[in-house]
Amino acid sequence: MESVLDIKQLTMDFGGLRALDHIDLDVKAGEIAALIGPNGAGKTTFFNCVTGIYKPTEGDMFICPPGKKRERINGLKPNQVTEKGMARTFQNIRLFQNMTVLENVMMGRHCRMRAGIPGAILRNRATREEEQRVVEESYAILKKIGLAEFVNEFAKNLPYGAQRRLEIARAMATEPFLLLLDEPAAGMNNQETKELDELILRIRSEEKISILLIEHDMKLVMSLSDRIFVMDYGRKIAQGTPEEIKNNPAVIKAYLGEDIDA
Amino acid sequence: MNTIKELKKSFLIALWFMFLTFPIMVIKVNTVEQTIDWRWNRLAMVGIFSFFASWIWRYLLQRKEMGQKRAEESETPTLTFQQRVLQNPKFTRPALVVICIFAAIFPFYFSMYQVNIMTTALIYVILGLGLNIVVGLAGLLDLGYVAFYAVGAYSYALLNVHFGMGFWACLPIGAGLAMLFGIVLGFPVLRLRGDYLAIVTLGFGEIIRLILENWNEFSFGPSGIANIPRPGFFGIKMSIHQSLIYIYFIMVAMVIFTIFVVRRLQDSRIGRAWIALREDEVACQATGIDKTKTKLSAFALGATWAGMGGVVFAAKTTFINPASFTIWESIMILCIVVLGGMGSIVGVIFGAGILILLPEYLRAFSEYRMLMFAAALVLMMVFRPHGIISAVRRTYQFEGSPEKKASS
Amino acid sequence: MDYFLELFLGGLTRGSIYALIALGYTMVYGIIELINFAHGEIYMIGAFTALIVISVLTMLGWNQLAILAIATLAAIVWSSAYGFTAEKVAYKPLRGAPRLSPLISAIGVSLFLQNYVLLAQTSDFLPFPNLIPDFKFLEPYEGIVRSTEIVIYVVTAAVLVILTVLIKFTKLGKAMRATAQDRDMAMLVGVNVDRVISFTFIVGSATAALGGVLIASHIGQINFYIGFIAGIKAFVAAVLGGIGSMPGAVLGSLVLGWTESFFTGYISSDYEDVFAFLFLVLILIFRPSGILGRANTDKV
Repeated sequence: MESVLDIKQLTMDFGGLRALDHIDLDVKAGEIAALIGPNGAGKTTFFNCVTGIYKPTEGDMFICPPGKKRERINGLKPNQVTEKGMARTFQNIRLFQNMTVLENVMMGRHCRMRAGIPGAILRNRATREEEQRVVEESYAILKKIGLAEFVNEFAKNLPYGAQRRLEIARAMATEPFLLLLDEPAAGMNNQETKELDELILRIRSEEKISILLIEHDMKLVMSLSDRIFVMDYGRKIAQGTPEEIKNNPAVIKAYLGEDIDA
Repeated sequence: MNTIKELKKSFLIALWFMFLTFPIMVIKVNTVEQTIDWRWNRLAMVGIFSFFASWIWRYLLQRKEMGQKRAEESETPTLTFQQRVLQNPKFTRPALVVICIFAAIFPFYFSMYQVNIMTTALIYVILGLGLNIVVGLAGLLDLGYVAFYAVGAYSYALLNVHFGMGFWACLPIGAGLAMLFGIVLGFPVLRLRGDYLAIVTLGFGEIIRLILENWNEFSFGPSGIANIPRPGFFGIKMSIHQSLIYIYFIMVAMVIFTIFVVRRLQDSRIGRAWIALREDEVACQATGIDKTKTKLSAFALGATWAGMGGVVFAAKTTFINPASFTIWESIMILCIVVLGGMGSIVGVIFGAGILILLPEYLRAFSEYRMLMFAAALVLMMVFRPHGIISAVRRTYQFEGSPEKKASS
Repeated sequence: MDYFLELFLGGLTRGSIYALIALGYTMVYGIIELINFAHGEIYMIGAFTALIVISVLTMLGWNQLAILAIATLAAIVWSSAYGFTAEKVAYKPLRGAPRLSPLISAIGVSLFLQNYVLLAQTSDFLPFPNLIPDFKFLEPYEGIVRSTEIVIYVVTAAVLVILTVLIKFTKLGKAMRATAQDRDMAMLVGVNVDRVISFTFIVGSATAALGGVLIASHIGQINFYIGFIAGIKAFVAAVLGGIGSMPGAVLGSLVLGWTESFFTGYISSDYEDVFAFLFLVLILIFRPSGILGRANTDKV
């Protein structure tokens, strides 16, 4: 299987603090991978490095979009990373609160649109058609994610679980080959988590999108993931199938005090 | 009981302000004649004024807090009476017709003096609308906006002095040069955080003014450039009277053009990106929006409009010098945008009207105008941060078949 | 060499004065992340209050040193009062508002105070008497350094020491640092945040008032507009040193003072202010964290 994301020896220092210590990680095409670890293990820092928000101190990051050439992505800006086909969500929801649900998804289409300032002013046929197409496409995505009922609401008025799903919808609108989800189930109740579980599986099977997620909900992680990476204090301490991880002594030690109920 | 407490509070505040303003308001020393003028009546005025002002202040603050709570409780945003009126086509259509007719006949029924003032106000309308793209839509506080205005004005003046170029040739050149300046200056600074950006743009504005003031060989220094020709009309000779009316109509046309452009930009891919950028930069980038490019486009467009305003300004006054392009001019334009309502076209027009026309017609009040504007700036921020006319953004709506319409 | 020394001392004087204003900027920024645009005006009000007190007492025929002491005290008291009031009226209601709102409000306060002094007093330049006596021991060096300048150096150094002690070792200083780090957390552990912020404004304004009296004595004239340019330059200095850091503010001020002094002395005096602004733009573009400031990464 081809790896769509291949991270080698990724290291990130903040001043004297080493937040990531030579991490190797890869996500294969069509895979759902999970990144777990206690709080402060460096999971979100890892996401921030991969998506270009932080500049890693050391290491190489490669992507290989399906059907395209392998490419090094060190030093790309966040928007360029997204354009290459990796979209993310945030741990603390970062929606455009004062825009409608539809508009939030339309923002995701932004990087796949062409209209510039002359187009905006002249509003020629190409621009009008593009605008209309984007509205339709965005609506289609909302329907798929199950947010169609909220289409004209302001993002800030959405229930919590729906806000998280809207972030996923916005990320999907950028046509990614890999979704990076940062704690998608945080703050969700059981019912919502179950729906999320189904949604993620559907995204993979219907859209052929690979997924890497950070999650604390072990039930979700164990049921979804093909492979799991475990981090602690900035280091990768284990990787393997859910079954292997469950029985790994190092993991159990790192989580001592925290439940693994699976 | 409550009233007594409130009374006491206001009384103490009044005492505090009397103490505060005592040296500067009351004592006036005449160093030449060695006399002191004790202006006690002012102390009494301050006391009475601050007594009542503090009362109103607290009342308004309370009302604002209650309003916020109400807004939080209700799910759907409630529109105010004013917003409903402005969105009701039954009202806006006739109003628009009346305004158009008034604008068309205005110069023939009023004196030259009035036409001149109105033209100035219209220049500020397009400056305001231009800055509104930068501040209101993209959320970038630009305190050096006047620099681009100066670039426009000086492009026309210098091109005319050296090459004898006319108004119509210089209008696009001035706008283009201002845009170029916007891009060149904006590029390195636009990645700075909001408040730093404000200070850097202020610095740029002052640098350009100081260069114009000191570089005599280039800009003729503080004495400025005189005898700039008014715009021509196919080579027909016009009296001053006629050409003032002509400039007035040029400005009316430019305002209409500006409104048209700004409206279209608001509802476009780029306009959405500006608004999103104002909301959350990190999310924007993660969504694939090029932060620098998007900001730069807003900055450059704003600069373009300032440049156009500058060319018209030079043509209207026929004389320019660096004194017209101080930081306070930038702040004045900012006042127009903030007071009128950030992001709102009607608001900006309204703001320009208040700030430019009111002091002209209320002469008695003109001495205090800067004081009033300054106070208004603070009061607006505290009580009505969205301005007099708060913008209601047209949102994209989806109903069955894809179509776009104004929000409810 | 003499010319160099002259420029060096001139730069030191400038820098020290900038420092007295920059300290207030940096303290306020450190605690509420607001560029207090009106800070320069607070300094101007200090100078005006001092001038008014000096004029009145001179006419009453008081002793020169007593006048100086009382005028300085009055400047400190009223400047602090203005700083305190400005915060309560224009900034406090805006806590939690979008970042640009308090900045616009601060511009409003700045413009208001300028015009207030302009209307209540005058737009003319007023002569400001130099009441600092000539020190006997300085006579041999008369051509090089004046007593006013010595006083400026000493006061600036003393203020820096006092403020450092205040922040490092007092309970209030600890509360200030806590508030600067994380306002909500400070509130949770029982710090009266409102009081700490008020106090910061008072201290910053008092320092600016000292600067006002000293700079006015040094230059010999004042008007309502002196606050603006001094405020901007002090801000440049604060940013140069690393905004939020007090030693940084002083260091930045000295660097700015010296570069300005040498620039105008050796190159050109026409572009003195251009130079200051250019400096500002360049620092903010290339090293926005300043000399002593730490680069901070936004939380994501």
